Amino acid sequence: MRLRILQILVLVLLIAAWYLLTAPGLIPPFYFEQANRAAFFFGEPQKVFWVIVEWFVSGEIFIHLAVTLLETALGFSIGAIFGLGIGLWLALSPTASAVMDPYIKGLNSMPRVVLAPIFAVWFGLGIWSKVALGVTLVFFVVFFNVYQGVREVSPNLIASARMLGASRRQLLRSIYLPAAMSWVFASLHNAVGLAFVGAVVGEYLGSARGVGYLILQAEGTFDINTVFAGILVLTAFALALDSAVGAVERRLMTWQPRAGETEKV
Amino acid sequence: MNGVPALALADITCRFAARDGRSDAYTAVANATLEVAKGEFVSVVGPTGCGKSTLLNVAAGLLEPSSGTVEVFGERLLSTEGVNRRAGYMFQADALMPWRSGIDNVIAGLEFRGMARAEALVQGEAWLRRVGLAGFGDRYPHQMSGGMRKRLALAQTLILSPDILLMDEPFSALDVQTRQLMENELLALWAEDRKSVLFITHDLEEAIALSDRVVVLSAGPATRPIGDFRVDLPRPRDVSEIRMTPAFAKLHREIWGAMREEVLKAYEAQKVL
Repeated sequence: MRLRILQILVLVLLIAAWYLLTAPGLIPPFYFEQANRAAFFFGEPQKVFWVIVEWFVSGEIFIHLAVTLLETALGFSIGAIFGLGIGLWLALSPTASAVMDPYIKGLNSMPRVVLAPIFAVWFGLGIWSKVALGVTLVFFVVFFNVYQGVREVSPNLIASARMLGASRRQLLRSIYLPAAMSWVFASLHNAVGLAFVGAVVGEYLGSARGVGYLILQAEGTFDINTVFAGILVLTAFALALDSAVGAVERRLMTWQPRAGETEKV
Repeated sequence: MNGVPALALADITCRFAARDGRSDAYTAVANATLEVAKGEFVSVVGPTGCGKSTLLNVAAGLLEPSSGTVEVFGERLLSTEGVNRRAGYMFQADALMPWRSGIDNVIAGLEFRGMARAEALVQGEAWLRRVGLAGFGDRYPHQMSGGMRKRLALAQTLILSPDILLMDEPFSALDVQTRQLMENELLALWAEDRKSVLFITHDLEEAIALSDRVVVLSAGPATRPIGDFRVDLPRPRDVSEIRMTPAFAKLHREIWGAMREEVLKAYEAQKVL
């Protein structure tokens, strides 16, 4: 509880400092020559606040949030499915893995954000170019986790399942897939975060809808308050997404020991 | 005992290619011959690192020997046909599926055989009761103690009612008290239907207390059986009490006499490394 109060205090101080340093004429300008320049470059917290309120009251923001969320969800799901599938395949097939290794490494070290303009050309300015960017970002996170996870399944566990009579398909379903899934969940926060980045960056580079589009529009008219409002909404949204992922993870991963858990009998 | 042995390893040799590819192949087991009769409890003892587990993996069909044959109830075990279907295997380390609850771990084998879940659950609950884990079926392995996990593994193996039970130092990770409890429970379960057991251990006392026969292996490399001792102690036994009897002490002296030299050899070999 005390911690909460301190955390809120930090936020209040930050906003207060923001207000003090940007409000035109409140304190004598010490860096810019004109009194309203600080507000021009950094926005003003109370104006940012009213922009956000206006967005939610008028309902204008919802369609943009929905589009960004849809892009994030699609980017994540498609990327995770491909990552899981190809990760499983390469981990279980040493030959394929040896052949593909340099390409996987190359694709992974390429800064994939540069693909965004190409995706815009290929998939247009609708949601799919953003989804494609999210997929390329998510895929590698999930892929490497699954690949590593499957290769690290204890040989004992596999031998044990075989002795219990598991066929190859049953091994895949009962051993490799759950082991891989646990690694997918381990990378869930990362992957969802990256899908979100993909969506926003994609929108930012060219779109007709989405929170990234709102920011892009505001920037075009030097409306710095709206840019900050967009950034704040995105941040809050990312935090909410992250805690939702946390809740899903807790539900699905009950079998995993948590640090300091003392429930043994 | 009557007729064909449950398990017959004949002239087994296992060579492993050296890791660096330059030095000679490592011969873990050489010309080992071992039989387990139907309903017999056989322990294999030997110094650490002598290839006991290798021998067991061969018997399980998990490892194909470089030469030699394995027969299960008179039938050749061929690597092309997969693992030894009539054997259950209990591992030294945990081999439970961490993402399955206790009961789901126990019925895994039934599930692999395609039994309906409802039916499997009934059997699973019965086995949980038999190993003293009634009411713990919904716990995950990480929520259980080492002893409970061993019981779970025992239930998981025995629920399939294998004709042969292969055990690789199953209790070596447990503390002494839990271990003796588990040994007694194993004997009680075994007495019910007398499967054939091949039990690997480095602990001679455990071997004598549990078995009908103790086979001593030589120090590695090129391990092979060098002694075969019949244990004529009365059953049912209590593993902690039987250790106090003079007959036990006499057997222990006798077998240790055969083992001693090999243990020292193994110790010397490890010191050189």
